[in-house]
Amino acid sequence: MEEKLRHFFESNFKDAVVREDFFRDQLSFYVRKEYLFDICEALLNDEALGFKFLSDICALDWLGDAEERDGRFEVVYNFFSLKHKYRFFVKVRLDGDKPEIDSITSLWQTANWLEREVYDLMGVMFTGHPDLRKIMTPDDLEGHPHRKDFPLTYEMPQFSHNKNEPPEVIK
Amino acid sequence: MNLNMGPQHPATHGVLRVELELDGETVVKATPHVGYLHTGIEKTAESKLYYKVIPMTDRMDYLAPMSNNLGYCLAVEKLLGIEVPEKVEFARVCLTELTRVKSHLVWVGTHAMDIGALSMSLYGFRERESIIDVYEAVSGQRMMSTYFRIGGLAKELPDDFDRLVRKAVKDVRGGLVDYERLLNDNMIFRGRTINVAKISAEDAINFGLTGPILRGSGINYDIRKTNPYSGYEKFDFEVPLGRNGDVYDRFLVRCEEMKQSLRIVEQALDGMPEGPYRAHVPGVVLPPKEDVLSKMESLIFHFKIITEGFKPPRGAVYQAIEAPKGELGFYISSDGSTRPHRMRVRPPSFVNLSALPKLVEGGLVADVIAAIGSIDIVLGEVDR
Repeated sequence: MEEKLRHFFESNFKDAVVREDFFRDQLSFYVRKEYLFDICEALLNDEALGFKFLSDICALDWLGDAEERDGRFEVVYNFFSLKHKYRFFVKVRLDGDKPEIDSITSLWQTANWLEREVYDLMGVMFTGHPDLRKIMTPDDLEGHPHRKDFPLTYEMPQFSHNKNEPPEVIK
Repeated sequence: MNLNMGPQHPATHGVLRVELELDGETVVKATPHVGYLHTGIEKTAESKLYYKVIPMTDRMDYLAPMSNNLGYCLAVEKLLGIEVPEKVEFARVCLTELTRVKSHLVWVGTHAMDIGALSMSLYGFRERESIIDVYEAVSGQRMMSTYFRIGGLAKELPDDFDRLVRKAVKDVRGGLVDYERLLNDNMIFRGRTINVAKISAEDAINFGLTGPILRGSGINYDIRKTNPYSGYEKFDFEVPLGRNGDVYDRFLVRCEEMKQSLRIVEQALDGMPEGPYRAHVPGVVLPPKEDVLSKMESLIFHFKIITEGFKPPRGAVYQAIEAPKGELGFYISSDGSTRPHRMRVRPPSFVNLSALPKLVEGGLVADVIAAIGSIDIVLGEVDR
């Protein structure tokens, strides 16, 4: 199955793949963000591979990491093939300033809420998403809690009225 | 007419709010709002040692704590590349299958109660009690068991484990006969569930549905069979499938799943091997408590693991398990330090709930209740 996937990427998206990673029997392809939508579309329509199932979308923040320098955010797409019982990952690196990527909600309905969650918690914008609203955090919370630079002490929507915080933290 | 269902509504099984746009009694548009129970478990995990994340996983799907423990422990074991003794595998399979039954019992009780069969909740919780007794015996806790550890179990199985589990199996088997008699041919129940909230197989895959709701539409996807973990390939069981993808088929699938789970539990009990209850990996897996009290090295290792933790290699792993509600996945990324760089939980309830508008739009208001019940959500897991 690994060979088939490598062949798929080499024949269709030669320029798209930045690098490949194989860790603990799990294959991941790092791709350029411009190609993501086309790759997903091709994967969905490829009957022989059969990646009809989008398991998950999540995002990681590599702020301040010494070894990961090619883009701050990493969006991970998790595909599963019911036909081959095989799982692999497509990963995209995004800039820290303005993380933006194409939405794949038009291909998979499941991406709708998953992308909203990534947007809410990590602040990655999905262009073309039909309904990009916050989903987890309260409306009056500013910022994106899963980012590594989100302040951990101050409570923005007032649940506990910051009674346990030291006075200098309270704005 | 606009109608807000929830967040304080008994039939939404927690703090879920569904904004309904109605035309008479027909639902035109449904917009679920979640996040009322968001506690940031994924974020909190980033500041905890790997061992200390386990108790938090219980609190996500609080009706199936051991499944969450198992998913997390397997993910970290995969990250570390360690194997567990066979006895641990069998005990884990036995307990997670009991957990599946326990979760489904709560589901059958509350779901049937939502659509009119009030007494079912009493029956469901009655049988659940004997499974909770097993929980109490193994871990000392009735709900938040935190019984699994990375590389093994928290402690040895109790002496009367076999007896308690067999009693639980017997009780649930008896209960299942009752439920089928009460519900399967019940005119009201059938009227409220058959052809309600249908979803086709293609749509179910496109919406990313997993678990009984996907199998109710006839797709054979059970991670225990497709990608066996924790030694599931050694057990003989069948995956029940539905045909119509309506609420009634999901009910039948879950009932049959309980029977299959009981079969697995019995196989695990019969074949339970002798051996240690934790893998022997010094510096990573906690040494057994008896050794900590009597051996110097074990005491040192115990102290070091608890205070400093261990350092897995750089990399990211994803481990999915078949939780009672569907595919529960843990994506753990390590940057080589003693704490996870990022822990992502792929919550089955959250993804399944996102299909709710598709299920209820065009149907009646009363069927929204049946649809929510048949998805089997736990808001603790939806919001994490």
